[in-house]
Order: sequence, then structure tokens, then C-alpha cells
Amino acid sequence: MNDKDKILLAHGSGGKLAHELVEKGFVKALANPLLARLDDSAVFDFSGRLAFTTDSYVVSPIFFPGGDIGKLAVCGTVNDLAMSGARPLYLSLAFIIEEGFLQSELSQIVNSIQKTAQEAGVEVITGDTKVVPRGSADKLFINTAGVGIIAEGVNISGSNARAGDRVILSGTIGDHGIAVISQREELSFSTNLKSDCAPLGGLVAEMIKACPNIHCLRDPTRGGLATSLNELAKQSGVSIRIEEQKIPLREEVLAACEMLGFDPLYVANEGKLVAIVPPGDADKVLKAMQKNRYGKNAAIIGEVGAEKPGRVVMKTALGASRMVDMLAGDLLPRIC
Amino acid sequence: MKFISEFRRSELAQGLLSRIRRQSKAPVRFMEFCGGHTVTIFRYGIRQLLPETIDMVSGPGCPICVTANADLDKAIALSQMPGVIVATFGDMLKVPGSSSSLQEAKAGGADVRTVYSTMDALKIAGDNPDNAIVFLGIGFETTAPTIAASILQAEEEGLKNYYVLSLHKLCPPVIKALLDSGELKLHGLICPGHVSAIIGSHPWEFIARDYGIPCVVSGFELLDILQCVDMLVNQVESGKSRVEIAYRRGVRPEGNRQALKLMRQVFEPCPARWRGMGEVPDSGLKLRKKYQRFDAELAFDITPPPTREPAGCICGDILRGVKTPADCKLFGKVCTPENPVGPCMVSSEGSCSAYYQYGVGLER
Repeated sequence: MNDKDKILLAHGSGGKLAHELVEKGFVKALANPLLARLDDSAVFDFSGRLAFTTDSYVVSPIFFPGGDIGKLAVCGTVNDLAMSGARPLYLSLAFIIEEGFLQSELSQIVNSIQKTAQEAGVEVITGDTKVVPRGSADKLFINTAGVGIIAEGVNISGSNARAGDRVILSGTIGDHGIAVISQREELSFSTNLKSDCAPLGGLVAEMIKACPNIHCLRDPTRGGLATSLNELAKQSGVSIRIEEQKIPLREEVLAACEMLGFDPLYVANEGKLVAIVPPGDADKVLKAMQKNRYGKNAAIIGEVGAEKPGRVVMKTALGASRMVDMLAGDLLPRIC
Repeated sequence: MKFISEFRRSELAQGLLSRIRRQSKAPVRFMEFCGGHTVTIFRYGIRQLLPETIDMVSGPGCPICVTANADLDKAIALSQMPGVIVATFGDMLKVPGSSSSLQEAKAGGADVRTVYSTMDALKIAGDNPDNAIVFLGIGFETTAPTIAASILQAEEEGLKNYYVLSLHKLCPPVIKALLDSGELKLHGLICPGHVSAIIGSHPWEFIARDYGIPCVVSGFELLDILQCVDMLVNQVESGKSRVEIAYRRGVRPEGNRQALKLMRQVFEPCPARWRGMGEVPDSGLKLRKKYQRFDAELAFDITPPPTREPAGCICGDILRGVKTPADCKLFGKVCTPENPVGPCMVSSEGSCSAYYQYGVGLER
């Protein structure tokens, strides 16, 4: 490492260094014709129903087992689009970089963005770079926005759950949150666990193919499964009853949660989704999910009820039932 | 062997439950001393599946909850002194003192750092030689030895800027005080597992012997608790009272000699203030004379504002086991995990937090 490798304030000034960074660093790596035009906005043709979303990424550390902030910035936004039943098309990409950040690490992150975008079938078509003085940001923050197209006949919303619907979870919970926190300086512990960070557009497309009438989709990121289910129950005015023993969970995550005093129901995921589907379609959707690499551990974990709207109740391993509340406060700071 | 899932096996749990249902005849009240046990009991919904003969009540075993407001105020006042870095376990941050919390002090510019081990606090001291680092020594016999170890290491490293505010509490003396108060009619005690891993099971003998109350040391998993309740029922029904261990994988009768030696080398018993119980003799730990230079209480001139107790909060009664969170007018309305009025709603091991989290005693 030498000083030449460092990002300077001038890299965000709009001057020569900034142009060099954009052209050599970003446009080349993210190669696509819409971005390469370098106009003030990306212009593209479009017809149909559009989904539009944005999210900012401030994870610490920026590299973690199973991913990095770049991969996360693509997956997070692509997944938000997919949860509306949209096929993700284009992303914007904005960096806020702390002065002194290593160019080599930045290019590693840009490459990871490109690789993930390719897998997700999206293109980064517009972007922005700002550099702030040392201490004004922690290494690197990323914002992405995304647009996607929603096919005819697809109507997925958090308010569509109906009594009798089945609740399907796409795989093990808590992998991302625990993988990230295991790397924190102040409590590093050793685990082979990797973040589940993944773009779910493909999985959702296959689910919609199996059943265009999916009622709700949600990715249980911050706040974990418990928070997502509470949101869905409240939005739809229904209750949700899940069974503890049906929730896929890795033994490593369980052990780490015990050690740290967390409940896996509240630990973040970045490559999982919850689907609420009509009872008659549940098995079809489940089978379609299990064929996809990001849904191979999918399971039906519960069902939707009409009584006590807004409540999530879990049948415990003992057969008793208990309420599952939303996350209160902050469980793990800055994991996405 | 898998040390977690093995202890959550549902078919074994069902077996234990039916045995408890079969054997329990006399109406009894058992107390789980420890907040960790309270959480397991609610997490699995154990109370709803026990027979009507068994009434469970939660005890004062949450170190954060029992810390008196006057002591919290001291910690907050320390954090506001120039050049002082307060290092603490995370749960303490949100606990409201008389007029502020460490979290609010932090937002106001105080340097308060969350650590996961006392050794992290030592590292902060080493990295910041121009600051005074005060570690908040909160906890039962479980944490005291590690804090003793940090003091010994600070001495060995010649660290001159490391201090401990010792607010440690000892469990057997407070149980004695609870039983002597006559407020509680108990027929069995679920003794704390982690505390007993350090002190062993011998220190509970007086409860079985002098008060005739069966005692069983329990672990923290589903099967641990059920086995413990089963053993308590057994003692009650056979008219016995003795100390048993249902947590053999963690607890030996004599405890952890090494840890006890460290603790006794650095600390000596002293009276301590408990929330809801006032001062209890010999229930705290202070630094022995030889280590007094590490004592934050002596090193700093701490002048906290006058102590106030939040109006309407019954955390004290809840900690003594004479009331439950459901009896509190503030519970779930004014006092929630987002806006806690009392400490029992803050700490993850607090009774109010457990009741709230698992929806017990609430109509929401």
C-alpha cells in the first residue's frame, strides 16, 4: 500500500482525477452502453408497470465472509424490486467515500458490484461519487436505486395476505447478521458461516411462473424474520401463526445466537424471502423454490389466520404458543 | 454432541412435562431466581403447560435490574467527567437513571464504550494513556472473577489509568434477605446456573436446611428447566428439601475454585444497595485495600444529582417477586422497550422485557 493508492478529496471534486476515476474505475468495469454515454441522466425506453426503490448501505466491516458492501448494494436493491414481483432492470450507484480509502479496495468492490449485477441480470446505468474528509464517513457508503418491470397479472403487496394462506420461508435464517458480526473487531469469533447475501430476482421469477397469484413477498433483512412477519400481519390486517420447529436454522447460527444473547428470529438476512401464498398453490411454489439454488432449504413455516389482526404467534418446540413481537431497538448496528 | 439442539428436543420435553403433570399434587410456588431462566420459560411457553398446581414467580436475578438508581447516577456522573472513558457491557447503556441514561450522556458527548469483555476495557486503557478508563463492574458472581482478573492484569501491565466502579452483587445473601422478609411463600427455588458454575451448589445449602425449601440448580435450555421443575416437584412430593444439580455439565458442587480464588483475592464482601430491597448486608463486593488504587469510587470525586425514582414504576416489587409486570400500570403502555421507564424493561433478562417480548400479561 502506498499513498498513490489512496482516494483523495480531489477524486470527488468533478475535476480531472474525478473523471479518471469514473472512466477507468467505474465505466470500464461496469461496461454497458447506457452508462458509457456519461450524460447527466441515463435515458431508456420503457413500457408497462414500473417498480422503483432505493436503499443505502453502510455495513461495517465492508468485506465480510460471503460478500462485501458492493454485493450487498446490488442484492439489497434488486431484492426490494423482486419483492414487488418486478423483474429488476437498471440500477443507479452512488458512492460516498472517506478520504484515504484505498483505490484497490474500491476497485475490488466495483468488480463485485459488476459480478453481482451480471448474475442478477441488471445494469448500472447512472452513478455519482463524493469524497468526504477523513472522519466524516466510515470508509465507504453506497446508495443504489433500482427500477424493474412488473408483469401483467402480478399483484404482490404486503397487504394481500388472506386467512388460510400459507407462509413459506426460502431457507435458513440469521446467516448474514451472524457472519457480519463475527468479523467485528470488538468481538471477533471464529465461524465458517458465510453471509447469505444473494440476488433473488431469479428465484422470484420462478415462483411467479409456478403461481402468478402469490399474495405477499418480503425479504427479512434488518429486524429479521420476526419483524417482516409482523409488518405483513399489520399491513394485511391478519394474524400469522408459525411453528418454531419448521424454521430452517443452521446449528452455527443457533450457537452464535446463544453466545451473543440474540434470538435468530431477529437476526438479519440478505438472501432470503418470505412468501405468503394461497393454500392450494403452496406446494407448487415450494417445489419451484426448492429447485433454485437460493431456495433449496425452503419450507412452509406457518399460516395466516383471521383472529387478532396484526399478531404473530409461534408454536414453540414444546407445543406452547407465544407472541413474536417486532424488534425493539437496535440488535446489531450497521449490518447492511 | 450438539450442546444446544440436544437440550431442546421436543419429544423429551413432552415426556418430562407429562411426568410433572402426573406427579405434582400439592399446590406450590417455585421461584426462578435468574433472568436467563425467566427468558427460557417464556420463550417456550413453559408456564402455560405446567399443571395448575405449579405457580412460577420470577426473582431478582438480573444484575442490571437490581442496580440501584443512586449507583446508576454515579456511573452517568463519571461518564460526564472530562477525560473519562466509561467502558460497559451493552445492556447498561439504555437503563434510565434518575434524570438521564448512559446512552443520553453519550449522545451529549460523553465517551461511553460498549465492550464484550473486561479485557477489551484494558485494551482501551492501553490505547488511551491520557484518559481514565472506568469499567462498570455490574454483575453477579459470574462476572466478578473476570473483572478481578482484569485488575490483576492491569497491575501486572502497570496500567495507571484503569479503574473499576464495583457495583457487583452476590446472590445467596439477597435470597436470604428475600426469604427473611416473609413476603414470599416459596416451595422451591430454581438456583441460577451460571452463578453456580462459579460458586458451586454448597452456598445454597442453607436454604434447604434452614428454610426447608427444595433447591435445584438449573441450566438454561428447555430440558434443563423442565428437569429442574421435575426434581423440585419430586422433593416437594416426597417431603424432602435438599440442594440438587440439574446442570451437571456446567456446575460442580464446589464451584470453580480458580475463579473464586481470583474473586476473593481482589474483592471482599460489603453491603450493597439493591433496587426494591434497599441495603443488604454482605451482598456486594468492594476492592480489597491492596487494590484500592483501581477503585473508581475512591479515585474520583463523584457527585451525582439527587436520586429520583420514576413515579409509578414497580420494578422493585417485581424484583422481589411480590408483583408481576402485569400488575404495573405503566407496563406496555407508558413503559415499553422503546421507552423504558424502569430497568426491568431494558435488560434482555428483565422480567418486564420478557413479559413484553413474549406477550404475557398484555392485551395489545
